[in-house]
Amino acid sequence: MAMSRNISVSEASRPKLPRHARLKFDETRQVWVILAPERVLAPDEIAVEVLQLCDGVRSVGDMADQLVAKYAAPREAILTDVIGMLQDLADKGFLTEAREKTS
Amino acid sequence: MSGILADGKTAGAAPSDGLAVLESQRSTAETFGIPLAVLAELTHRCPLQCPYCSNPIELDRGGSELTTAEWKKVLSELAEIGVLQIHFSGGEPTARKDLVELVQHATDVGLYSNLITSAVLLTKEKLSALADAGLCHVQISFQGNEPVVADRVAGLKNSHEKKLEAAKWTRELELPLTVNAVMHRQNLHQLADIIQMAVDLDADRLEVANVQYYGWALKNRAALMPTIEQIDETSRIVEEAVVRLKGILAIDYVVPDYYALRPKKCMGGWGRQFFNISPAGKVLPCHAAESITGLEFESVRSNHSIAWIWQNSEAFNRYRGTGWMKEPCKSCEFREIDFGGCRCQAFALTGDAGNTDPACTLSPIHEQIFKQAEREAAAHQDRFLYRNFAGGTLETEGEHGA
Repeated sequence: MAMSRNISVSEASRPKLPRHARLKFDETRQVWVILAPERVLAPDEIAVEVLQLCDGVRSVGDMADQLVAKYAAPREAILTDVIGMLQDLADKGFLTEAREKTS
Repeated sequence: MSGILADGKTAGAAPSDGLAVLESQRSTAETFGIPLAVLAELTHRCPLQCPYCSNPIELDRGGSELTTAEWKKVLSELAEIGVLQIHFSGGEPTARKDLVELVQHATDVGLYSNLITSAVLLTKEKLSALADAGLCHVQISFQGNEPVVADRVAGLKNSHEKKLEAAKWTRELELPLTVNAVMHRQNLHQLADIIQMAVDLDADRLEVANVQYYGWALKNRAALMPTIEQIDETSRIVEEAVVRLKGILAIDYVVPDYYALRPKKCMGGWGRQFFNISPAGKVLPCHAAESITGLEFESVRSNHSIAWIWQNSEAFNRYRGTGWMKEPCKSCEFREIDFGGCRCQAFALTGDAGNTDPACTLSPIHEQIFKQAEREAAAHQDRFLYRNFAGGTLETEGEHGA
């Protein structure tokens, strides 16, 4: 069971934050934070923008398309960056993949 | 885009803690910003009687506990001033009948909630209700990896079995699980099996916490103190497991500081990044702080706001920063790294909370404390004094407090 946590992020992944990781804007400190068991993470601006797109519906490829439009950077470069960032988060246990709906 | 995540433990001893990251741009006048996480000790009542309990000997009675309405007001106030996480602890927090209501309130005001529990009072329905109320994380204490040792340490029959059951429900509800294993001379031989138990329970985290000698644990020190051989073996087992279980189980290791060379940065420094609220509503720099006599702690029942107490109360300011230090701390190059160790331990072992924590080799009584620990570990006086409201009960042959 524990092994299922090790997800591999690809262009087709539809990632989302698991219920124990909450993305929240901290009004007091005026920064975005991820709240997790015994930890508070401080993602940077770009990470926050990507994480807000992680709804379990959009694929990583869709996210890259959206960011290309906004940043006018090569899609390939953006995709590599996004996958790298999300994989880092997944390795720490703060990202999961949307499951196929069975009900 | 690597390194975009500044990672900080909320109550740990990491030098680059989350608070430092988040508040690095603040002026020095605002150094003591509101902590990211607060420990709410809802009650001192507990069905377990663990001799290693770090609660004070003088436990708060049920009648003095904050009411549901008072706790709700506290939770709202904490969220308003910028606290992000709340740890519901005790005693045993599930002994409070209003726990689901309090978790729901924490969720409603935007707090991330952790339950720190012995789990023996949980039912599947209760845990499910807590999950529905928005509980984010469950931490269950274990006293061993099998019932004989575990139930004896807990002083409660069938407790181990109940914990295993509750851990399974936790994962069935898809809540993240931390296994907390408090280790001492009489269960350290089970460490490898406890690590495997945590893997089998599908836990996300394991805390291997050597006993810290406060409150009841200090009274039971002779029965709990590990041998130095055990500590060496423990470190070896933990180091091997950390590598082997990377990506499967995160392991946090708390070393026993009597055998350390440098003291721990207790609570991240007194009044620097953490406070807790006692069952009766006292705002404390750590849960053992009331053991220091001569310090007056303000209550949430006073006319002061929690933020005022944190920033201005005498007890919080007494040992803040480095200005209070005497030698050898005063001129020590590590003074801003460990802040002189633990004030409660300094008080318990030297009678003055302003002294260097004897865990530090620079303390004049370090050697004496170290030798005493070795002697106590070798003497094998294994009888427990169980924690309870009656001032403790000594273990008898065949009657393990259960």
